[in-house]
Amino acid sequence: MSAVIRNNVVVGGHPEGRPIVFAHGFGCDQNMWRFVAPAFATTHRTVLFDHTGAGHSDVAAYDFAKYASLGGYADDVQEICAELDLTDVVFVGHSVSAMVGVLAALQTPDRFGALVLIGPSPRYLDDTGYTGGFSRDDVDDLLASLESNYLGWSSAMAPAIMGNPERPELGQELTNSFCRADPAIARQFAEVTFLSDNRADLARVHVPTLVLQCSDDIIAPEPVGRYVHAHIPGSTFLLMKARGHCPNLSAPAETIAAIQGFLPAGATTR
Amino acid sequence: MTGAGGIGPLDVPPGTPERPEDLYEDAPCGLLSLHLDGTVVTVNRTLLRWTGHDRTTLVGRPLRELLAIGDRILYETHHAPLLRMQDEVRELAVTLVCPRGKLPVLLNSVLDRGPDGAPQGIRIAVFLAVDRRSYEAELLAARRRAEESEARVRLLARTLQNSLLPPALPNVPGLDLGAVYRPAGRGDEVGGDFYDVFSTAPDDWAVVIGDVVGKGVAAATLTSLVRHTLRAVVMHVRRPRAVLTALNDTLLQQPATRVCTVAYARVQLTASDAAQVTICLGGHPRPLVMGRDRDLVPVGRFGSILGALPTPALHEVTTTLEAGDALLLYTDGVIEGRRDGDFFGEQRLEALVGTLRDRNAAAIADEVAAAAVDHQHGSPADDIAVVVLRYVGSHQTDSGAANGEGSRPG
Repeated sequence: MSAVIRNNVVVGGHPEGRPIVFAHGFGCDQNMWRFVAPAFATTHRTVLFDHTGAGHSDVAAYDFAKYASLGGYADDVQEICAELDLTDVVFVGHSVSAMVGVLAALQTPDRFGALVLIGPSPRYLDDTGYTGGFSRDDVDDLLASLESNYLGWSSAMAPAIMGNPERPELGQELTNSFCRADPAIARQFAEVTFLSDNRADLARVHVPTLVLQCSDDIIAPEPVGRYVHAHIPGSTFLLMKARGHCPNLSAPAETIAAIQGFLPAGATTR
Repeated sequence: MTGAGGIGPLDVPPGTPERPEDLYEDAPCGLLSLHLDGTVVTVNRTLLRWTGHDRTTLVGRPLRELLAIGDRILYETHHAPLLRMQDEVRELAVTLVCPRGKLPVLLNSVLDRGPDGAPQGIRIAVFLAVDRRSYEAELLAARRRAEESEARVRLLARTLQNSLLPPALPNVPGLDLGAVYRPAGRGDEVGGDFYDVFSTAPDDWAVVIGDVVGKGVAAATLTSLVRHTLRAVVMHVRRPRAVLTALNDTLLQQPATRVCTVAYARVQLTASDAAQVTICLGGHPRPLVMGRDRDLVPVGRFGSILGALPTPALHEVTTTLEAGDALLLYTDGVIEGRRDGDFFGEQRLEALVGTLRDRNAAAIADEVAAAAVDHQHGSPADDIAVVVLRYVGSHQTDSGAANGEGSRPG
């Protein structure tokens, strides 16, 4: 199946512009970029997508074996970029998708021209000599929270949410639909996200990288962001005023300015 | 200013004065106002009473610090973005960690926008959900048990089903054999189709396919009865008509009505250059015979369903397979599968099989079953069984039965 269809890829912006790919994190879908992506439309070819299993992606394509690690998500990014024939890609990854971008850039460094990592964490669990912020018990607690909040999900709702991209009003009527997924998929995505460990991958990144760190982010605390910066050679670190884990929604202007400031001014159009 | 029909406080009936501040403080739900960054600005008395927190300890603190850790992650990754995207979040189930213990609640939040449309704060109503959440926990546990039980049933069905089919087709010199069995639907019920291939004497083989009426345990026991009766009967009689008559008698002796259809093919490999096949049909669709140089035709004569009549009409038809010729036996699940009311049908089956003349037996059986399943969008309404035997010739007359499973002295 086409990756563009599978991942509900939405291409916009300047057809000749340098491609900028926005990858949403754990929890919601490409709507996370609704206040940010339009700012790049005049200068870049904008590419948004939903991870398989999220948003309006093809849920039937969700393969529990493939998505048992972040590598499965990185493969999807590769396939999308290959299908659209994108080069010199600016990859903007939020939350867990920051590491998805790192993995993709390691697989095919030639395709990626820049990485923007928003709220990245190479490992959420604490480890010897490393503070990720969470314990294994915390992750189990999260899984219980997810289960409790996905009670309203039923197989009858799934087609209404997932199967009618041409009728978005169906999805709108359902509460919290931007952050809905099949509970089994949400559970695995949570486990894969919060049990991932990509610390060893950071040193191998040789793409210009911006680490955008929020203030007061409990998902990816500042020391974790600084760890990412310290381990990706030549990376740039920016501590944002924005608080919380989702500056793309809570502080879009600051997020846009940070990304634009990082990208070479003359290189925004080819 | 508040005239008739207004909703101001002056409209409350005399004797039940309700001041807005009392309504706020003692509302039957907890009320919170937050800064955009999530810190508490105001909190009502109800929530303080429920949680046991002091107003001073709450104001200025991020709300998320009152949540259990898993809920904090949920709050940051679901609640915060949803609130920005849709201006409200309904029924977020979280647990408040309070001095008095844990308090399961539901949060309903709205984003407060100023006159210019810019977000300026968050308002949250907190509802107790103690009983509801314990009920939900029971529902979740029940669902888990149901899923486990379903998995056990599916395993049981598969195990039982496998016991009703030969674990592997025997190796018969001179014959290329292939068979497919595909249970109906999701395959979590024991189906009623079966097939069997076994030796009755040296160079004398029985190839059987059948369909018992019903599903589930009753069908499984009947299938077992039919299969073992056939294997026992052939110790005494070999003519297909006699075998099926004996099976019919056995079925009639059952306390409850037990009916099935069977296609029985006796394959004799005594000649060195051809196989003689004698077919007897008890209410079963006619097998197809084909070859590189012969037309594809149904073979056999329709007979009575077994287990219904004391003297069923059963007829033998004999045909000869030369090297390369093949016989395809199938159950009605193949031709009666429907797509939007359109049967797969015998014509479609014959057209398909006609394109498979050069394939081996296993490939033909696979292709036929796959086409029948495809025709029903991948979820067949009935079981599907297909057995194909192709005479490849040049068999060793003496070793024919010796290699076969279930061989008996003739």
